[in-house]
Amino acid sequence: MKHLVLQQQNCNTRRSNSFRTSGSLDSSVDGTFKSPAALFWLVLHGLCCLISLVLGFRFSRLIFFLLFSTNTTTTTTTNHYTVPALLRTTSDTAQTLTLQTPSLSPPISITDTPSNRTSTTTTSSRVVVGRHGILIRPWPHPNPVEVMKAHHIIERVQREQRLQYGIKNPRPLIVVTPTFVRTFQTLHLTGLMHSLMLVPCDLTWIVVEAGGTSNETASLLEKSGLRTIHIGFEERMPITWEARHQMEARMRLRALRVVREQRLDGIVMFADDSNVHSMELFDEIQSVKWIGAVSVGILAHSGNSDDSSSLPQKQEDEENFPLPIQGPACNSSGRLTGWHTFNSLPYVGKSATYFDDRATVLPRKLEWAGFVLNSKLVWKDVEDKPEWVRDVDTLAADGEDLESPLSLLKDTSVVEPLGNCGRKVLLWWLRVEARSDSKFPPGWIIDPPLEITVPAKRTPWPDAPPELPSSEKMNDVQEYTVKHPSKTSRVSRSKRKHESRIADVQVSGRNAEGN
Amino acid sequence: MKVPIWVFVVVAVLATAFVLRIGAEELDQSHQTERIAGSAGDVLEDDPVGRLKVFVYELPSKYNKKILQKDPRCLTHMFAAEIFMHWFLLSSPVRTLNPEEADWFYTPVYTTCDLTPNGLPLPFKSPRMMRSAIQLISSNWPFWNRTEGADHFFVVPHDFGACFHYQEEKAIERGILPLLQRATLVQTFGQRNHVCLNEGSITIPPYAPPQKMQAHLIPPDTPRSIFVYFRGLFYDVGNDPEGGYYARGARASVWENFKNNPLFDISTEHPTTYYEDMQRAVFCLCPLGWAPWSPRLVEGVIFGCIPVIIADDIVLPFADAIPWEEIGVFVAEKDVPKLDTILTSIPPEVVLRKQRLLANPSMKQAMLFPQPAQPGDAFHQILNGLARKLPRDKSIHLKPGEKILNWTAGPVGDLKPW
Repeated sequence: MKHLVLQQQNCNTRRSNSFRTSGSLDSSVDGTFKSPAALFWLVLHGLCCLISLVLGFRFSRLIFFLLFSTNTTTTTTTNHYTVPALLRTTSDTAQTLTLQTPSLSPPISITDTPSNRTSTTTTSSRVVVGRHGILIRPWPHPNPVEVMKAHHIIERVQREQRLQYGIKNPRPLIVVTPTFVRTFQTLHLTGLMHSLMLVPCDLTWIVVEAGGTSNETASLLEKSGLRTIHIGFEERMPITWEARHQMEARMRLRALRVVREQRLDGIVMFADDSNVHSMELFDEIQSVKWIGAVSVGILAHSGNSDDSSSLPQKQEDEENFPLPIQGPACNSSGRLTGWHTFNSLPYVGKSATYFDDRATVLPRKLEWAGFVLNSKLVWKDVEDKPEWVRDVDTLAADGEDLESPLSLLKDTSVVEPLGNCGRKVLLWWLRVEARSDSKFPPGWIIDPPLEITVPAKRTPWPDAPPELPSSEKMNDVQEYTVKHPSKTSRVSRSKRKHESRIADVQVSGRNAEGN
Repeated sequence: MKVPIWVFVVVAVLATAFVLRIGAEELDQSHQTERIAGSAGDVLEDDPVGRLKVFVYELPSKYNKKILQKDPRCLTHMFAAEIFMHWFLLSSPVRTLNPEEADWFYTPVYTTCDLTPNGLPLPFKSPRMMRSAIQLISSNWPFWNRTEGADHFFVVPHDFGACFHYQEEKAIERGILPLLQRATLVQTFGQRNHVCLNEGSITIPPYAPPQKMQAHLIPPDTPRSIFVYFRGLFYDVGNDPEGGYYARGARASVWENFKNNPLFDISTEHPTTYYEDMQRAVFCLCPLGWAPWSPRLVEGVIFGCIPVIIADDIVLPFADAIPWEEIGVFVAEKDVPKLDTILTSIPPEVVLRKQRLLANPSMKQAMLFPQPAQPGDAFHQILNGLARKLPRDKSIHLKPGEKILNWTAGPVGDLKPW
């Protein structure tokens, strides 16, 4: 009870209050000062207190406990009430004199030792007032079988919660992902694959691969267990980011055409392989009717600046500009009034123009990833298709720059803002790629396994593993000094992390072999 | 010829009633709740208006208003039910201004409003206050002497009810105030075969602020991921440092056995997300403290967390209207070391059924004292309980000259005027 928490904080003053005010009311206290028997008890108690001082534990309680433990009749009422009550109250004040160590009356007792006093004289009760032992079983550790049972219960409860309060009858999802062969393709696709495997509804994953389908990608998609449609796109990925964005848009249209040909039903969402999706996104998009937009957080990091003098400026930049968000903008009544787009002004002249450029990679004004469509919008002959949507074929034929699915619409005001009207950021845009001259093992398999150990001084990798990301800015300065001058300083952040990881592997491998 | 037709009609009526009842249950199951039917029947939604009449005595304000003015904290602590009950009765349709037609008489005396600077009620003046109030009503109105209080009810929400003490031994020693022996007591304390619980008492939940709890509700689809949750003391270091007295050693036993168990989220911290955490837990422990009742029961019911009650012989609020065995889990104090075995061996269907019962809105309403009063809330359950005691037999009326109560019984200090 909470009030007893407060009670125990103020117990001393409260008890002194009680003594002051109840001095006249509490007849038992009056009685002890008047009758010789009670006086005898008082003297005995004082003796016990002195003994406790010497011995170092509370002697008085133990003696009375042992003396009266044999006496279990129900007629022992008032004597035993006054004496232990007196003991308890006065021994509390005498607590400052006696040491606290409980020894012979230990709190840890395996057997149940109920106290000797019963609570009522009229009817017998199973519940006794007074000191009880604290029951502890000999092996208080969790039983693994029971832990599993508990998890079954939790899982069943959560399933029931989802059934009752979650999405009922989720519509199937169609996920469109443009991808191309590069070092980090496996990394990104694996991450996306795991996200999609957790989605609790039917899923069709359309992967459009530039440069034709590759075996590695196909084997990766097979391992997922999802229903996938792997499409090869004949052109190769261009170098410049401008052209890349356009080609990705064309690849997405290709996927939409597949949706139309096969008349796939459901909700179309665009998941770039390098993006990060939250599970709430998949629940939120179920509520779209025709076309909806969610807020996308843009993690546009700069590739790295060479000179350390720009570091303080970068810090200042990050203080001034919070995480940029792309998405729908609403007025106070929850209706779509406009769009938050990525503000590329601070990056003018500093943005990456081609792949593997060290400068910042910027997103477009409005990313495709932030939009979801009802698949019926791209079907050919549907009666209730709204008039504000253009045909997919006409779009591709035009060849105009397809910035976002908004080009599919004649009237952009029909877009439904999702995620609490764009206030919730449900996915993040991030372009992290490996360096072009990176030394990643092909297929991510080190074959034959590492046997040769090379001292660290001979390797171009840094000796010390980098510190935690919170101190990464300081780390930048450190690592540059450690590096050999021959190495160029064009490093993307991901590359650095991977280097350190391999360095760790080397170090641990060396240690293991050394032992 | 006539008899078979009559029998057929009766059978047909019973059959349709049976079918309809099953249908009603199925309908309720589709709404993910279940009807609550206690030993008194399906009475949580009964309306007491028209079934009883209550007369509220007009006591001088030194018994109620002035006390509240001196310390307005009485409106927010867990004993605030006595004040809110008074306010509710003043404006309720069951109130009657004509005492001749009243079935029940209510005395508004706030005995639990003498607070320490820390907010804890001191019960030392309460017996005298109550006694003085009863002397007043017995001398100014004839109704007390008519039955010696058998048709009067009092709200005594303190730790041990009308025994008026916070320490159990002292409370047992005092017993229920002798003048209240025949009256009906509305109290939070309930333990079977205990001196401080009279036969006909009505047990009520402690006051918990409804707005504060509503403000901390989280979306119901947040998955419940904590198996067992508890926040509170295990050892009362100030009063009982070694353990063994506080909670009869049960809370200390919980701590010693399960402090390292990952299924048990138990600690003494006071987090700001206490209400939110309860909504993410499947089971909430409600062990006894210095007294067996606790506001955790109310919080568990409101937040849909199945209460695990560790208090031997406890009598829970509105025990005749709410089937607590089907809603909560009762664990004997001697079985605390086996608590994890007990809880994990509950079949999932039973767990789901308990959650459905807890989700019933009438269950949640019955535990609250909202301002202003709403149908089905704890005020109405108290009136329902009072109404269930009617009609009375005439034996409670005393013959003229007959006296049952002993006005001089009790400790000497109680007899002093207040």
